[in-house]
Amino acid sequence: MQFLQPQNISGEKKVLNLTPEKCTGCRTCELACSFKHSQEFRPSASRVSVLTWESSGVSVPMLCLQCDNASCLKVCPTGAIARTESGPITINESRCLKCKMCAVACKMGNVGYDEQTHTMLKCDFCNGDPVCAKFCPSGAIAYEDAVTVNLKKKKVYAEKLMQLLQEGDSECSVG
Amino acid sequence: MFGWIGRLLRVNLTSGKITKLPLNQTEAKAYIGARGLGTKLWYNEVNPAIDPLSPENNLIFATGPLTGTLATSGGRYNVVCKSPLTGTIAASNSGGYWGPELKYAGYDALIIEGKAEQPVYIWIDDDQVEIRDASQLWGKTVFETTDALRLATKDEAKVACIGPAGEKLVKFAGILNDYTRAAGRSGVGAVMGAKNLKAIAVRGTHGVKAADPEGFMAAILRIRQMLKEHPVTGQGLATYGSNILVNIINESGGLPVRNFRDSGKFATADATSGEALTEKYLIRNKGCMGCSISCGRINKVSSGKFKTFGEGPEYETAWGYGADCGIDNLEAIIKANNLCNELGLDTITMAATIACAMELYENGYIKQEDSGGPLNFGNVEAIVALTRQTAYREGFGDQLAEGSYRLAAKYDHPELSMSVKKQELPAYDPRALQGLGLNYATSNRGGCHVRGYLTSPEILGIPEKLDNLATEGKAGWVKTFQDLTAAVDSAGICLFTTFGLGGPEIAEQLKTITGIDYSVEDVLTCGERIWNLERLINLKSGLTQADDCLPPRFFTEPMKVGPNQGQLSKLAEMLPEYYQLRGWDENGKPTEERLKALAI
Repeated sequence: MQFLQPQNISGEKKVLNLTPEKCTGCRTCELACSFKHSQEFRPSASRVSVLTWESSGVSVPMLCLQCDNASCLKVCPTGAIARTESGPITINESRCLKCKMCAVACKMGNVGYDEQTHTMLKCDFCNGDPVCAKFCPSGAIAYEDAVTVNLKKKKVYAEKLMQLLQEGDSECSVG
Repeated sequence: MFGWIGRLLRVNLTSGKITKLPLNQTEAKAYIGARGLGTKLWYNEVNPAIDPLSPENNLIFATGPLTGTLATSGGRYNVVCKSPLTGTIAASNSGGYWGPELKYAGYDALIIEGKAEQPVYIWIDDDQVEIRDASQLWGKTVFETTDALRLATKDEAKVACIGPAGEKLVKFAGILNDYTRAAGRSGVGAVMGAKNLKAIAVRGTHGVKAADPEGFMAAILRIRQMLKEHPVTGQGLATYGSNILVNIINESGGLPVRNFRDSGKFATADATSGEALTEKYLIRNKGCMGCSISCGRINKVSSGKFKTFGEGPEYETAWGYGADCGIDNLEAIIKANNLCNELGLDTITMAATIACAMELYENGYIKQEDSGGPLNFGNVEAIVALTRQTAYREGFGDQLAEGSYRLAAKYDHPELSMSVKKQELPAYDPRALQGLGLNYATSNRGGCHVRGYLTSPEILGIPEKLDNLATEGKAGWVKTFQDLTAAVDSAGICLFTTFGLGGPEIAEQLKTITGIDYSVEDVLTCGERIWNLERLINLKSGLTQADDCLPPRFFTEPMKVGPNQGQLSKLAEMLPEYYQLRGWDENGKPTEERLKALAI
């Protein structure tokens, strides 16, 4: 029954799919992430951050989405940063100098440094079970098959066309 | 410590002295945190007989052991002080992100003493704490103040502040944090204003630990699933916000209408409902820290004379400015709600005070020259204009700023104030919900729906459906609900979670986070202890059993329409049994044995 196992049947890589319009700004992801990685509820040690613009009521979750052409990986002087087979780029703590060049190189701010524990903060997909996605109550962060992600977005818009066509059909049948 | 941080921060505004002190672990265990611990810390050092607006009234911001954790809806903190509106203990509960941030900065609670000579704000940046000049901020709205302080401190700082209403000592001014979340009730904002304290900005980079990380996470995963699957927390509140209740309460015949004069049914209530809000004015749902329910509503009225942007309204607000004022214009209600947030007012008391003024006006007790214009029920412009005037104490607003009881008493008709212990009743008629009537009468902070929400069994059927008109057995329900609510408020989680959770889940969360072996019975005992301490404070403030009452209207004027037409409150059938169950004497005083048994 191996073929019924849900994950990676096609060998597709999974990605973290962000949908900011669904984000409620609750920061549950920050709590889950920090607890998973540092055994404390400590948003400042979270790999994911929710940025909120109160004046427009918009929240955006930000975290590393694992660039294909990753500057953090390229700039690392010791080879501590490497891409794992399953997809995410991770930091090997024992080889990391804490030189913080990766944090400099990441233009999106998705690599950070925690002064209290002297740790680089970067998303590692939690070994294939990212807790941010697991706990996100609104679906703003989801861990999904890369192909499915695009098709889901396409489907939202395709549905409008479908409805238009349906209306056309019903007009025809009445007329 | 686990769950708790183990440290308190004390700021004396008179001397400027700032101290950090250890949390008393015995007290923490017995009073849990937030509402309970804050009340204990207040009682330890303050004489309940003091004037609420004097420098002697300590103002305490307290979190609970679950605040800032992954416990669902653990974004809560309480503001504790003596209320200038009621003269009772005030514990005002708020969500958002400020409470968790105080913990991350390294403090379970912040105790503010004395009074600053000039307007100041407090800046807490982890260990570094400063009292800073706020003269440039005085007079500014909540939004302006919050923006300015994030510029002056750190962008990621969380800000709790008062608006003009708190500065002007409006008796029901609230404290707003994170722009739109309110420690709204009982006038805690006026106490802050009396201390010349405009705001508290806080930034924290530390964490909260769990005693049993695996046990806690296992419990949380299960509890989150329970809340997701529950129709109220998973669908109702999530889809329509708390204002889903307008239609439910209206249909059940419990909606108070026009200052409770025409209660039972408001024909056009649907126009003010959560469904209408969602359809026309909802931008997005909003969640407080760690919340899976996301009942917050970000609203926008795009054009017209009530053009506005903000958060809310909650059910109580939509009812207060709506049915209670005889109004069905949702845009005006949203505008008035947003004004309350910006200017720092409690929406329930503000709206109910306007409703009271409208009845006084219609009866001819208030003349047009008093109110500055016509003030009939249904006057849409008045609710917006009077809200603004009240915050600044301008014109007739200066009289409204005292709350409905003092307003109605001034015009020789205190019976028209729909309040208990001078705090206005919320959106459920006690003639239609008998148990809730007992709740109102015995609430330790006066008229209130979150000191034991009997609406849940009496209308919603949670955890089981009770006959809303029956009195038998209600005293016991009220006691249990009051005690459990006190414990939930003290844990630092949102009361809304109790639609889907019960005592076992609350106890399990507390046990796994703190490492203390809390049983369900322990949790209820903590709640009962907190309830009795609050009662004791009120009695020492000068309140008596005579204050455990409802406005006379509920005993003499039957419900006018709807399924509960003809009903009156049967409070007297329940009150003696309630005292007895509480272990109080016939005068409503806790007996020595009871206090001893509760280790107070």
